[in-house]
Amino acid sequence: MKLQWNLFIAFFRSGMLGFGGGPSTIPLVHKEVVGTFKWMNDQEFSEVIAIGNTLPGPIATKMAGYIGYRVGGVMGLVTALLATVLPTILLMLLLLASFKQFKEHPRVQGMTKTIVPIVGVMMGVLTWEFFKKTKNDFGWKWGLLLLIGCFIVMEILNVHPGILIGFLLVAAFIVPVKSRKESL
Amino acid sequence: MIYVHIFIAFFIPGMVGYGGGPASIPLIEHEVVTRYGWMTTSEFSEILAIGNALPGPIATKMAGYIGYEVGGVLGSVVGVFSTVTPSLFLMIVLMKLIFRYKDSPRVKRLSKIVLPAVAVLMGSLTFDFFQTSYFSNGIWATVVIAILSFLLLEKWKVHPAFVIIGGLAAGAISLG
Repeated sequence: MKLQWNLFIAFFRSGMLGFGGGPSTIPLVHKEVVGTFKWMNDQEFSEVIAIGNTLPGPIATKMAGYIGYRVGGVMGLVTALLATVLPTILLMLLLLASFKQFKEHPRVQGMTKTIVPIVGVMMGVLTWEFFKKTKNDFGWKWGLLLLIGCFIVMEILNVHPGILIGFLLVAAFIVPVKSRKESL
Repeated sequence: MIYVHIFIAFFIPGMVGYGGGPASIPLIEHEVVTRYGWMTTSEFSEILAIGNALPGPIATKMAGYIGYEVGGVLGSVVGVFSTVTPSLFLMIVLMKLIFRYKDSPRVKRLSKIVLPAVAVLMGSLTFDFFQTSYFSNGIWATVVIAILSFLLLEKWKVHPAFVIIGGLAAGAISLG
């Protein structure tokens, strides 16, 4: 019971103190799991992150679920997951529900209007980060070709992004790896 | 039936979104706004704004709230479940297998190959947000708010939560 409580505290704290989505909570989870509660050492923790990153989907819940499972079994998995997810969803519901109640009020309408370009800037910054990552991983030429190709397929041919990404994943897996052993 | 749709709408972003929750935002938008038409771009941006102003993972906040909007408490549970479970299940079941192959170039390529597709989706969502703002705020207000919030966020490193709260306050005062 004490363990479950500690798991709850560890993931509740890192969830409530981490802004900017799951990836930004990694150092906070590290502090709890490796520092405060010593459930894992540095190497084990970085292995969890490395493996989490080879899979799709949100990283925060993969970390919480997996670490919770390793430390406290299925019950630990549920505890850590709920501690990560539930508090912020409840806050979200509370805030947006009260927002909706006054939807017709001109001040609230003013609020919703001004917020759109701000979210636009945030999304723009995130876009720029992913462009840079593309460039770093593929170089200018291939990066640009891939970006243009993806743009044509999704925005002009209107192919569902899931289909394009699924296709890319299969291609990445099947296409043989160049035999540059020295660089691997 | 609605629950099946909610499940699909959050299952797809969870399964193809490499790069953590933030990478799945444009994928969620594609399902929620473009495919199922549950809300407008403007409503989606409000939810994203409140989500960014709050701590914790973004993908589950979006799934939890949008699921609730569309299908009540059960909808919320379905949304969060389909966001979280598939990748977590894979991680626990395949841990040993992935661990053995985690340094294989093929496996490393998986998370990279998705980057350009996500970048394009994010770019198109950014465009949608500015277009929505252009229609409701006009060009000048959009440019001024965008430049100001960019400086605050990126140059003066003001916490995003404060920038969003500031934006909400400014909107309430100027249009009240």
